[in-house]
Amino acid sequence: MRIPISAMIGLFFTGLYFFIAIFAPWLAPYGMTEAVGDVWEPASSTHWLGTDSIGRDLLTRMIYGGRTTIWIATAATILSFTTGSVLGLLAAVIGGWVDQLLSRLVDLLMSIPSLIFALVVLSVMPVTVTVLILVMGLLDSTRVYRLARAVAVDINVMDYVEAAKLRGEGRSWIIFREILPNALSPLVAEMGLRFIFMVLFVSTLSFLGLGVQPPAADWGGIVKENKEGIVYGIPAALVPAVAIATLAISVNLVADWVLNRTTSLKGGRG
Amino acid sequence: MSDVLLKVRDLKIGATVYPPSGKPHDIEIVHGVSFELEKGKVLGLIGESGAGKSTIGLSAMAYGRGGVKITGGEVWVNGQDILQQGIRDLRRLRGADVTYVSQSAAASFNPAKKIMEQVTEAAILQGKFSRKEAEERAVRLFDKLGLPNPETIGNRYPHQVSGGQLQRCMTALALCPEPDLVVFDEPTTALDVTTQIDVLMAIKAAIRDTGVAALYITHDLAVVAQVSDDIMVLRMGEMVEYGPVDQIINNPQEEYTQALVSVRSIDHEEKLPTPDPLLTVNHVTARYRGTNFDVLRNINVDLHEGQTLAVVGESGSGKSTLARVITGLLPPSDGQIDFNGRTLSPALEQRSKEDLRELQMIYQMADTAMNPRQTVGTIIGRPLEFYFGMRGAEKRKRIAELLEEIEMGDGFIDRYPAELSGGQKQRVCIARALAAKPKLIICDEVTSALDPLVADGILKLLLNLQKIENVAYLFITHDLATVRAIADSIAVMYQGKVVRYGTKSEVLSPPFDDYTDLLLSSVPEMKLGWLEEVIAHRKMESAGN
Repeated sequence: MRIPISAMIGLFFTGLYFFIAIFAPWLAPYGMTEAVGDVWEPASSTHWLGTDSIGRDLLTRMIYGGRTTIWIATAATILSFTTGSVLGLLAAVIGGWVDQLLSRLVDLLMSIPSLIFALVVLSVMPVTVTVLILVMGLLDSTRVYRLARAVAVDINVMDYVEAAKLRGEGRSWIIFREILPNALSPLVAEMGLRFIFMVLFVSTLSFLGLGVQPPAADWGGIVKENKEGIVYGIPAALVPAVAIATLAISVNLVADWVLNRTTSLKGGRG
Repeated sequence: MSDVLLKVRDLKIGATVYPPSGKPHDIEIVHGVSFELEKGKVLGLIGESGAGKSTIGLSAMAYGRGGVKITGGEVWVNGQDILQQGIRDLRRLRGADVTYVSQSAAASFNPAKKIMEQVTEAAILQGKFSRKEAEERAVRLFDKLGLPNPETIGNRYPHQVSGGQLQRCMTALALCPEPDLVVFDEPTTALDVTTQIDVLMAIKAAIRDTGVAALYITHDLAVVAQVSDDIMVLRMGEMVEYGPVDQIINNPQEEYTQALVSVRSIDHEEKLPTPDPLLTVNHVTARYRGTNFDVLRNINVDLHEGQTLAVVGESGSGKSTLARVITGLLPPSDGQIDFNGRTLSPALEQRSKEDLRELQMIYQMADTAMNPRQTVGTIIGRPLEFYFGMRGAEKRKRIAELLEEIEMGDGFIDRYPAELSGGQKQRVCIARALAAKPKLIICDEVTSALDPLVADGILKLLLNLQKIENVAYLFITHDLATVRAIADSIAVMYQGKVVRYGTKSEVLSPPFDDYTDLLLSSVPEMKLGWLEEVIAHRKMESAGN
């Protein structure tokens, strides 16, 4: 099996970022909140990326920030996927009023822009990592629900599902053994995209001050802390921005490859 | 030799395949086929799916469908080798000198444009006629093809005419630019037998009157025998036999052709009904939710243990709905179903596991009846696990036995459906039904999607299994040849009602009611001049009435 070069690049960077996130405490040269130099020192042999607005080592902040951002995005993606796909598949299989109720509820949630909704919720709730994950995961599950339901409705009318119903199979067999395996490839591809949206979402929230709270580091927060430096020609705010962009692109490349591969397995053409 | 219109010499066609594992590679799908077609003659191309008949037909326009390339040989049309021509010349050829009629007219017409616009489009675009001339010609063709209201039918949209009429409109479309050659690609396969006969007659008359030459592609030898002068039998991209119709039908030389000619010659002795029927459908009336139209009206039929009841009728007659009612997918609005001495609950959800087990179903499309993500072992093994609680070695042994019974062997146990041929897929579906040790299997058009020889194998298998397992079949089909081959009793359905019901010999012996007569006489027979006979017979009928 040949892996295309684009997927290779995507896999390398995604892997690298996750590796750094997992082993952050061992990799970071200094403590996360430790001030080790002057304000906005340029890059040097002791501080590879320079220092930030209050003299902390920027590389250390980036490493810890990546850990926070990736952890929140991953947890929220998993949450949104489990809720969204289970509810979506249920709605498709049961149909009737259950489907109506869930679908209209999702319509209602989707009619409010998620960022505004999140800002409102987070301004009245205590901002902790758990609350962030819950809010982001549940808001995003509406989109997963839509996709899962649409895919499952198509599969639900296939003869093999009818055959399972005629056999007398219960709902869990029909959902998890008949429908889910056939709905997996669009869902997996969507997972990559949702993860990227989560990274962007948590970064946006932090940038606006309602995400991860200082002194804990995350990429959106690092942009915020250093944005004043840009007018003086200090590039510190650009470093996390580049990190966000490269992560988003590399995950996308991997998701594309996974989608292509799984659909060609069935003999389709992407 | 001057009247040779189409000359194909040593035609080779290749295609790229994308296997699930391994690299895409090129294979040859037509291996050097040669034939000639004179002006005004019809050549029938016949073979099962994958024989390369459509591919060869399209090569007469120097066209290859997605990924298909003509790799060698010559195709001469009107004295020019069209394989050497550039795209500009080909564009002048296609739709003007050579035209094409596809299998599904419904999918080929643009639903947003009126029929007249589409029928005349090519003729006008190619500069053969002015708009006015083209429309006059189209009306004459509509008339010739026996379409109702030829003057105005062109103003309708494709969805406003029936399937058989649309197929005739498509023939008009192909004939409108006065082509030299028309390629008919299974033009009647998607139609009901009773409609097919009208379309066939119309096509035949139009070919005769316009003096056009035609390639007629089909898998049905009986159909091609009615319209062709010569027949070429193809198999896996190679010519098997090529000769005049009379010789192919009455004196086939090759073994494969002989098999095609004698297909459906299964001998099945009719069994007499027993005193207690296994299944009794009692005054059943049914309609779909949200409609105010009864799809089934007062149906009464019996099915006896170890026997076969064939339910025949054209599409829309309600035969599949009857199956849905019996299985409980559609609870009837009136009437009841007795099975094995007890009354079945109308809805599936209320039925016991035992009821479900004893009543199994096999579908028309084996492709969609099996989960593509499950192996053959899982597909056949699940009923064993579900109904009998079998696990591990015991289950595997029983799966192997079942695979043996359907003549496939346990080498298939870890294969996925995508790795099986059409006939093998249907066999696996049969094994899945048998695994439940049912008393009754509902077979919904199980052989309609299969090639004749493969379908024959499936029917023989079903009859064999009936002897071994003493299982009853409710066999839904539109194909009377199949019915003759396997039924013990027959119910003829028309517009939601059973119009004729009885043992096979009763139903198939005269005197017939009007509908049964129409249905029986419409089944193509493998003899020359059958089409004319039937039409003449019909005219007498209508004259007599």
